[in-house]
Amino acid sequence: MAGELLQLTITQAGAALAAGDFSAHELAQAHLDAMESARGLNAFTAETPERALTMADAADQRRAQGETLGPLDGIPIAVKDLFCTEGVLSTAGSHILDGFTPTYESTVTRNLWAAGAVMLGKTNMDEFAMGSANVTSHYGPCINPWQASSGDSVGKDLVPGGSSGGSAAAVAARIALGAIGTDTGGSIRQPGAFCGVVGLKPTYGRCSRWGVIAFASSLDQAGPLTRTVRDGALMLGAMAGHDPMDSTSVDAPVPDYATALTGDIKGMRIGVPAEYRMDGMPGEIETLWRQGRDWLEHAGAAIVDISLPHTKYALPTYYIVAPAEASSNLARYDGVRYGLRVDGEDMTDTYEKTRAAGFGPEVKRRVMIGTYVLSAGYYDAYYLQAQKVRTRIANDFRAAWEVCDVILTPTAPSAAFAIGEKMDDPIAMYLNDIFTVPASMAGLPAISVPAGLSADGLPLGLQLIGPAFAEETMLRTADVLESAAGFTAKPSW
Amino acid sequence: MTATTTDTAPDHLSGHVTTRIGHNQKDLVEGATGPWEVIIGLEVHAQVTSEAKLFSGASTAFGAAPNSQVSLVDAGMPGMLPVINGECVRQAVRTGLGLGAQINLRSVFDRKNFFYPDMPQGYQISQFTQPIVGEGRITVDLPDGESFEVGIERLHLEQDAGKSIHDQHPQKTYIDLNRSGVALMEIVSRPDLRSAEEAAAYLSKLRSILRYLGTCDGDMSQGSMRADVNVSVRRPGEELGTRCEIKNVNSLRFVRQAIDYEARRQIDILEDGGEIDQETRLFDANRGETRSMRSKEEAHDYRYFPDPDLLPVVLEQSLVDALKVGLPELPDAKKARFIDAYELSAYDAGVLVAERETAEYFEAVVDPEGAKRDPKLAANWVTAELFGRLNAADLDIAGSPVAAAQLGGLIDLIADNTISGRIAKDVFAAMFDSGKDAGDIVAEKGLKQITDSGAIEALIDQLIADNPQQAEQYRGGNTKVAGWFTGQAMKATQGQANPQMVNQILKDKLGG
Repeated sequence: MAGELLQLTITQAGAALAAGDFSAHELAQAHLDAMESARGLNAFTAETPERALTMADAADQRRAQGETLGPLDGIPIAVKDLFCTEGVLSTAGSHILDGFTPTYESTVTRNLWAAGAVMLGKTNMDEFAMGSANVTSHYGPCINPWQASSGDSVGKDLVPGGSSGGSAAAVAARIALGAIGTDTGGSIRQPGAFCGVVGLKPTYGRCSRWGVIAFASSLDQAGPLTRTVRDGALMLGAMAGHDPMDSTSVDAPVPDYATALTGDIKGMRIGVPAEYRMDGMPGEIETLWRQGRDWLEHAGAAIVDISLPHTKYALPTYYIVAPAEASSNLARYDGVRYGLRVDGEDMTDTYEKTRAAGFGPEVKRRVMIGTYVLSAGYYDAYYLQAQKVRTRIANDFRAAWEVCDVILTPTAPSAAFAIGEKMDDPIAMYLNDIFTVPASMAGLPAISVPAGLSADGLPLGLQLIGPAFAEETMLRTADVLESAAGFTAKPSW
Repeated sequence: MTATTTDTAPDHLSGHVTTRIGHNQKDLVEGATGPWEVIIGLEVHAQVTSEAKLFSGASTAFGAAPNSQVSLVDAGMPGMLPVINGECVRQAVRTGLGLGAQINLRSVFDRKNFFYPDMPQGYQISQFTQPIVGEGRITVDLPDGESFEVGIERLHLEQDAGKSIHDQHPQKTYIDLNRSGVALMEIVSRPDLRSAEEAAAYLSKLRSILRYLGTCDGDMSQGSMRADVNVSVRRPGEELGTRCEIKNVNSLRFVRQAIDYEARRQIDILEDGGEIDQETRLFDANRGETRSMRSKEEAHDYRYFPDPDLLPVVLEQSLVDALKVGLPELPDAKKARFIDAYELSAYDAGVLVAERETAEYFEAVVDPEGAKRDPKLAANWVTAELFGRLNAADLDIAGSPVAAAQLGGLIDLIADNTISGRIAKDVFAAMFDSGKDAGDIVAEKGLKQITDSGAIEALIDQLIADNPQQAEQYRGGNTKVAGWFTGQAMKATQGQANPQMVNQILKDKLGG
């Protein structure tokens, strides 16, 4: 019974709870047990079993009185440690936030709890969301529940992708029915692809950033990781909405995303950008991409070849804009008010010692890059130039929407790799995000759908990108793609 | 757009271009080798009058217990975001309009990055290349009645920092974040000021305008207004010299002292063949001197960039127009009206309009519902008697024990000859002490003027009869002795005899 509860989708579990097949308490307990037995994955940085059972019991009580808060009522989920959660350790995977327990709750998690979702715990992540492999966490790497069946990685622990690696791993390993992550340059979609789950990044401004520990403010956006597109639609509906506490949050009504999943994409125009064909990209990625195009065409969509000419500049400009904002956002971690403090001889010495001890090498690298590109004499050449290129990238997409409704690309240039690989080459690591960063730079919604397995038996994802606030169109297409792909493989964990 | 800046040199404020042409001989400072011209520009930080801080809902009230008015945003907690306080924006626009300045319909908030323990975010949210208010101009009056114009370079909104308290513990510094995030307007003048006196007059005028507008209370003792003072010297007619910036000077007196000290210091260095180092200095009020704080080399690189947490501030012209319509009459316009409508001297008008409350008090004395009292008399009573007593009692006009209507009542008693001007001063003193109406005091103390000519004649007959010698002197041509008789008559009536009547009757009797 407990094992079966772990295999459900949110949609199925919701129906079963409504039918009284099992209680929210039982559902939560099953997942808490799974969390405990899967500790070897290191997917969680904090477990909240008592809170989970309290929340589940409250959901059961509501149901007993004939009430419900909606499709997420009683559904156990995991929360990336970047979200501030009241009374629960919130560290962004960083040593510098040692012991930090907020007195406040992020808007997105508050929205989820208001919809009845049940909190299992906080998930592991790259430090301050900076990474693509969940290897920069102060709490050690999270392990992908998938294992290679052949090839160089056989027998090795694989990365879950990042930065929302713990959330992706928890959903893939059937520890959580769903999870929330954040995506700055691909941090939901890439781990979604690596772990064989759906990763949805909504339009910038769709979900409030209030209470989300900032990495790069103009890019950060919360979104769900789920086992189906429909589950993602349900979670996004609960997470999204205008928040007066976030000036960049958009005041637009939140549609019922699940009703957009009609299965009908006849006449939909699917753009396929020439610039996403990358030198050295594995043949199986190219093959999957072609396969995806065929699936959608077969479902009645029209395939349109498009050009996004500034694509190649997206990654370099991202690595100017994001570190610039991060260098400023992370200035508040000074050892004065919360988290780690390493006392020095004077104030400056205390700052230096605290930050030297509290930040890991990747965070330091980005703070230094960001400081450099904003500094006197370099601002125009780097930051300002990057902002101009960013506008060009957004204009590329704007032009594309004249001829297509949704864009189809691979999510990542490879399947999950072994922990320890690419560690000595930051650029190789950054290339993981080559296909996800352009949509981030343009603030557009994008989703990764598990679409097949690599020759080594590891999941691969396809990405759909939609126009701003066209989540419904994008989700409808993703739902069709998901059905066509029929991805049923499960990790061996 | 450039990001190149240092805090010693607000070059980013394109500034340091004077709009003042020529020089005034009296302002030149004599050195050992000839005269020098002192060039001064002020960056005034004025706390915006608003209930809440610039980007958080926390209160701005002064004097609360340390760290009791600190929101999560003000404390720089992880994941917190700023949200602009619309009232602060409106206040900045009102101020810009009051300074006759360009209102920028689109402005941008930037982050100014530097570490300091009382600045929890690690950056200050300010406005760099696109401030909310652009160029303006104000007229400044000097005590001698002359006036001159000062260019306003810009006005931008920014957050205040918290306060570091160094004197509570031998090793530790305490931090009070109550001020953290409070809205400031930084008002940058052109280097159009030429003396400490002019700088003080400019600051006074600016303070007066802000107080009229209700956008800053101008209370320098509570830190609501502080000035960074840029000073350089040059030979008359030559290029501008290297300047030093004196940070955070917080009273008019200190502004004057700092400028005089700094100008002399720079002149001494230049006359000894030295060069001025561009630097940031602080003013030591105890010693009355400026001291080096940071050299140009030690200056911060603030790495300004647009704050990605905030959208640009976009104003509708209609909002600006509505705010303009709602502005009160400002000091210059009021002064002109006082001169024109009340025929006051420029000096009296200037004194009366310096504070909005004083001007309102004066008008309430002169013109309650059109019952016009003598404006010159009213002005004298307000500026001489009332101000004198308020100063002595250390009160401001809002705390005056004598209300405008009461002073009006007193003036009416003078006008209808119920009391003499001299008695009126005694009555006023009693009013100030008791808060009672003039009429009540006159009645209680029996101070009503004696205007019964029969009574006065009888008194004077008696005086002449009692003092035949003096009467003879008068008749012998020594008419000055009439003054002595007047004095005796007033003394005998405790000042209550109408002096004009006394004089007339004396003249008739003695001459008769």
